Amino acid sequence: MAPKLPPQHPLEHSTATTAGQAHEHDDHHHYGGPGGIKRWLLTTNHKEIGSLYLIFSLSMFFIGGIFALVVRAELFQPGLQLVQPEFFNQMTTMHGLIMVFGAVMPAFVGLANWMIPLQVGAPDMALPRLNNFSFWLLPVAFGLLLSTLFMPGGAPNFGWTFYAPLSTDYGPPSTTFFIFSLHIAGISSILGAINIIATILNMRAPGMRMMDMPLFVWTWLITAFLLIAVMPVLAGVITMMLMDINFGTSFFDAGGGGDPVLFQHLFWFFGHPEVYIMILPAFGIVSAIVPTFARKPLFGYASMVYATASIAILSFLVWVHHMFVVGLPLAAELFFMYTTMLIAVPTGVKVFNWVTTLFRGSITFETPMLFSLAFIVMFTIGGFSGLMLAIVPADFQYHDTYFVVAHFHYVLVPGAIFAIIAGVYYWLPKWTGHYPDERLGRWHFWLSVIGVNLTFFPMHFSGLAGMPRRIPDYALQFADFNMVSSLGGFLFGASQLLFVAVLIKCVRGGEKAPAKAWEGAEDLEWSVPSPAPLHTFETPPDMTSQAPQRH
Amino acid sequence: MTPVQRTVTRTVAALIGMYFFAFALVPLYDVFCQVTGLNGKAANQPRAMSNEGVDTSRYVTVQFITRSSKGLPWELDVMTRQLRVHPGQPTEVEFAFTNKSDSASWGRTVPSVTPSEASLHMRKLTCFCFQEQRIEGGQRVAMPLVFQLTRDLPSEINTVTLVYTLYPVENKDNVSQQVQRTWREGGDA
Ligand code: HEM
Ligand SMILES: [Cu+2]
Repeated sequence: MAPKLPPQHPLEHSTATTAGQAHEHDDHHHYGGPGGIKRWLLTTNHKEIGSLYLIFSLSMFFIGGIFALVVRAELFQPGLQLVQPEFFNQMTTMHGLIMVFGAVMPAFVGLANWMIPLQVGAPDMALPRLNNFSFWLLPVAFGLLLSTLFMPGGAPNFGWTFYAPLSTDYGPPSTTFFIFSLHIAGISSILGAINIIATILNMRAPGMRMMDMPLFVWTWLITAFLLIAVMPVLAGVITMMLMDINFGTSFFDAGGGGDPVLFQHLFWFFGHPEVYIMILPAFGIVSAIVPTFARKPLFGYASMVYATASIAILSFLVWVHHMFVVGLPLAAELFFMYTTMLIAVPTGVKVFNWVTTLFRGSITFETPMLFSLAFIVMFTIGGFSGLMLAIVPADFQYHDTYFVVAHFHYVLVPGAIFAIIAGVYYWLPKWTGHYPDERLGRWHFWLSVIGVNLTFFPMHFSGLAGMPRRIPDYALQFADFNMVSSLGGFLFGASQLLFVAVLIKCVRGGEKAPAKAWEGAEDLEWSVPSPAPLHTFETPPDMTSQAPQRH
Repeated sequence: MTPVQRTVTRTVAALIGMYFFAFALVPLYDVFCQVTGLNGKAANQPRAMSNEGVDTSRYVTVQFITRSSKGLPWELDVMTRQLRVHPGQPTEVEFAFTNKSDSASWGRTVPSVTPSEASLHMRKLTCFCFQEQRIEGGQRVAMPLVFQLTRDLPSEINTVTLVYTLYPVENKDNVSQQVQRTWREGGDA
């Protein structure tokens, strides 16, 4: 990064054409820190670290995406064409792990780094050096994880849920490295969460009460608490696996008195809150974008906060819905069926509030809004298939079929990922000083929407017809659904290249954005110039005088 | 302490707490399951026969499934795959262990009861699963299971399945105090 640049004309400084140059410029004029690679290695600035997280996440998105396309290419036709079943299993596993821990989670942390200080009027994160450390753990963790592909016995092949004893007794030798890399990624998330909590609780501008905070800040605060609560449980589970593999304990080995079902309980006690970790910040982003482009304040701000908190609390009481088929007493199946359905209530409140915000708004359809509207519709489809899965007797049929794959991809791709993309389009003018190319953005949007639905909608049907998940070959009657899914997958993958084109173009230049880049945008980040200078809010803005914008 | 330090201290304390909580869940889970019988583990001690009488008005189907697992060259067969019993009636079933390799090895069988609610009502008077076993290479050994279903078995349970899975045990040959053999020797395989 940051090659030596030719000397610039002083006038060009204010209109620096790449982010790199803009930083270089600020750097030399403000504190003259190290240049080149070292500058990125050592930066403690929340905006630079935010960019690093986002770039890292985007690279992981493409690597994980390539793995998914290997899977879809093999499933294009029945029979084994391209890869061996063992390698196929490594691809599904690595795809899941990389997307969850390497793409979605770091993208949200990146957005948090960039936007939370700007939205609460803080000069930086509360613990800037820790922030640098949390980021640099990630390339280490995922470098290690990817290196398992080249190890003897291959990469992890037991699914992203790494059920023991499949992963302990029957896993490849690289499992120990997988555990180690997950430990490092987990520590990174935990440190990130501590930093975010410390920033939100202590660094708000004077006069900004909790109930004045933008919803992205609120949802991230609650997400950070979820992380603090469940990442240690994940760390505990993988430590137990490590001991089962290397030190002869038998936590999950029935032969030694352990219990494989215990693994599933522990894993899903982490795993279900984890899926909400991947969606709550998305709710926050959409709650910022919808009011902006509807030019109306968000309907039901307080109920949004309470709904988020209830979802977070309920998410600890539903984990068994992933285990309905392990053989549970009727009372337990009923209890977890009802709690799972209960979660749909606060989720429904949110959807209702977004739709009501749109009602009678003067809506315009810029790219961030398009992605947000698609989020609302398609996330709701995913919520409905979730409700179907919550019905115990139905889940006996659906479990471990492509119906589950359809469900969680609807909540994660047009859910979490569309929200991240919407957030990037929304805040790009603040980051680069330029509007993203609207025409390319629309192409990106429409091709993505078509690609996503072609890929995942047929999976509902192949799942209902009984096609099992994580299988490299399938019966002939599933052939048409799979061919459509594969074509859609390649379309979706290819259209993400447009996203990269938009990003590069927007960093390089484009229509200049004013401080308040979108007409209806009200939050604090729009009061600093675009692009946001390296240092903002060094004297905190006074919020006491400001009329309350919410309630 | 600055407010930031206070927040960090509290979150770190919560983190450490949750980490230990995860480990504490292991014994908690075991106790919970022992009390409720919810993970289908039957008692691993012989129980006395109960003399509450036989409920001849009711039949329950009992099925047996046997499985071997990685790393032990044994086979486990059951002579009767399925039978119908009255609650309260003591029943004996014969199992046969075969060591298919040339050398002696140690193993044990781990039982599991489905539905799990039935596990509290499954009284085993004798079971090969209470002990670890050593079988000579190429030998076939027959061993009994004597069980009784208690009369208070919930009335909606009509079928009880017992699964026995074989697991290897590390070689105990030089441990002086050997497990006492209580089974009858069979012929060669
Ligand atoms: C209305 C809300 C939701 C309900 C009722 C619901 C219900 C369920 C149920 C019952 C399952 C288990 C299906 C099975 O394995 O048989 C499941 C799986 C899953 N859900 Fe949801 N869900 C909801 C929302 C979400 C959200 C918001 C996310 C993530 C952003 C999510 C991610 C997942 C994932 C990743 C799995 C599959 C895990 C695996 O086995 O690999 N769900 N959901
Ligand atoms: Cu769940």
